[in-house]
Amino acid sequence: MTSINNIYLYGTCTIDLFFPEAGIDAITLFEAHRIQVHFPSEQTCCGQPAYTSGYPEQARQVALSQLAAFPENWPIVVLSGSCAGMMKHHYQHLFPEDHPQHIQARQFSQRIIEFSEFLHHHLKITLTDYGQPVQVALHTACSARREMATLQSSQQLLSQLNNVSVVSPPYEEECCGFGGTFSVKFSNISGAMVNDKCSALEAVNIQHLISADCACLLNINGCLAKRQKTSLQGEHIASFLRHRCLPNKPYP
Amino acid sequence: MTLSQFEARASSVLQNVDLQHSYRDAMDYLVERRQQQFNDPDEWYTLRKIGSSIKTKALSRLPELLLQLEATLNNNGIQVHWAETPDEANQIILQLIKETTASTPPDAHAPVVKGKTMVSEEIHLNQFLTQQGIPCLETDMGEFIVQLANETPSHIIMPAIHKSKADIAQLFKSHVSGQYQDDVDTLIQQARQHLRQRFQKATVGISGVNFAVAETGTIVLVENEGNGRMCTTLPQTHIALMGIEKVIASLTELPPLLSLLTRSATGQSITTYINMISGPRSAEEKDGPEQVHVILLDNGRSRLWEDPTFRDVLRCIRCGACMNHCPVYARVGGHTYGTTYPGPIGKILAPQLETQSSASELPFASSLCGACGEVCPVKIPIPQLLLRWRQEATGQYRSYHGSHFSATHNQPTPITGQRYSRWEHLIWKTWSWLNCHPMLYHFMTYLVTKCRVLLPRRLSGWTSYRASLVPASNTLHQRLKTHQRHTTSSKKQA
Repeated sequence: MTSINNIYLYGTCTIDLFFPEAGIDAITLFEAHRIQVHFPSEQTCCGQPAYTSGYPEQARQVALSQLAAFPENWPIVVLSGSCAGMMKHHYQHLFPEDHPQHIQARQFSQRIIEFSEFLHHHLKITLTDYGQPVQVALHTACSARREMATLQSSQQLLSQLNNVSVVSPPYEEECCGFGGTFSVKFSNISGAMVNDKCSALEAVNIQHLISADCACLLNINGCLAKRQKTSLQGEHIASFLRHRCLPNKPYP
Repeated sequence: MTLSQFEARASSVLQNVDLQHSYRDAMDYLVERRQQQFNDPDEWYTLRKIGSSIKTKALSRLPELLLQLEATLNNNGIQVHWAETPDEANQIILQLIKETTASTPPDAHAPVVKGKTMVSEEIHLNQFLTQQGIPCLETDMGEFIVQLANETPSHIIMPAIHKSKADIAQLFKSHVSGQYQDDVDTLIQQARQHLRQRFQKATVGISGVNFAVAETGTIVLVENEGNGRMCTTLPQTHIALMGIEKVIASLTELPPLLSLLTRSATGQSITTYINMISGPRSAEEKDGPEQVHVILLDNGRSRLWEDPTFRDVLRCIRCGACMNHCPVYARVGGHTYGTTYPGPIGKILAPQLETQSSASELPFASSLCGACGEVCPVKIPIPQLLLRWRQEATGQYRSYHGSHFSATHNQPTPITGQRYSRWEHLIWKTWSWLNCHPMLYHFMTYLVTKCRVLLPRRLSGWTSYRASLVPASNTLHQRLKTHQRHTTSSKKQA
């Protein structure tokens, strides 16, 4: 157990609007480990959608408002690999050296930690599995895999669960096709990618689909539901861990 | 909504099940082959660092190295020609062909023979020579097939990857043998016979260049079929075409780059042939061309070079690994891009090298998954460069950074403004305003959750492949407010 007492939680706009349980579950896990969680009400979005669409000016405005929302020097734990990647690696492009907020942005970026990485590397959490034996697949967002390199953290967390075996679907490393506005601008290509992702998931015998990135889940879950070949719906790794390891702990 | 040409071509390939399988199987094979070559992460890490730094250093000295290359090539008896545009390059080639073949003009039986060169595709050389009445025969097997079909390459390493065995057998029946048969070895033998006769009579051979060594005046050509060696040794005149970024400083830098190239491209430790050409036939030699010419082509490269971010693109050694690993390329195929170089590298080269309007759209046709950047043997940050092109397209890069990109040039960068839409800009402005005002954000998300049953069931594009988006009944913010977990930064500050 480490000496981290206070953290900020960065919920992300996707979780705020579509997967609020993941946020509650993450808080439950943290509080069970005696960490005080602070959730600033001023947090909105990291700015990634505008940034990847070629509108850095609009992204910068939003990023500025986020810089101001986390005043204490606590770690900022982010419930999504790609939002974490945006804030950790791309804010430096939005606030280059000649920008007045350059240093503030750099310090902010250094405090960014992705959720599973926080549990595994910083909290060094020990998990006890109370669930039934299940087979699961872990979907890792591209930015978590390539930019944040947090795939191993998620894998390590799941490997602590005795009754959980992780299955690798075909083309596991391939993108689910979300890519922000790409999914709408090039819907036919994105649609083909997410359909392939879903058929790969349908081809393996799993009871749970887990990811540390809800934007991918929004995409994959939507397609799984449309295809109606399985009742499988992906869930955030925070929710999965809470249900397995703290089954009787009530919601805060 | 009308589809762009790119989208229309993509849709058509996505509906073609056979083509989908051809691409997927071929890409899987190449990915697997490469993976076997680079199964030691430490070795991969070290080698690509070396390769990347060799190319970076060479680019930082580009003007100097090019002049040195010109001098050493001249010293070796190789004539150097500079071409700024495709048209200039074509005219130089035409002139050289005319000089060589003044007494016996090329015909179908004694054509100009050409080894694989993507630069010749870039300048549309075949088309140009055909208009001049000069037959130019592709001798690389893939390029030969593509030429028979009157098409362009769909992949920079595997030009005919989109063709099935049956397609090829049919082409050979019509153009080569007169009989249909689809045994691969027999097809290859037929092509070899066909090509061999032309090689013997050809007076001009054209090739590309993989690397040019400034120190020694050597041009290096990598290939597997031996046709490259035929093109560069049998005819009286050899013309080598290269982009100016192919120059490296010294011969000792060659082995790591060759290793990165062949292992990344085809998963081979080394190719069957590596040709190192350092001059025409000398008096005591029995074979080799009487004249060797090198054409150094710019075609937009020096403009990329002048921009510190885009200069990275010029490190490219044309291995094709980025397309092999690209989930978009594997689905839409090479022709969909409508550019000389398809796939991720094509998306960042095209806006500068091509004139087609689709080039401005291409940087957006990516989920930014990063697979391309991960496998690039010279560490080109392709996703980051795609983002930069997107910012160029919306005009925001210039408005923020000014532009060192085209300020030094009079001609405008082709991409600027072409994807700019006032409507889209307005959407992002509104989005930004909303996300910069937490109270407003909370109010809007509250409205969305409370009116969720009223939200549209169909959302163009999204719901064609997915169920409609249904927000939660309460946002995380709302739930945490109820449970008193909400903190406000203003309180802390006070």
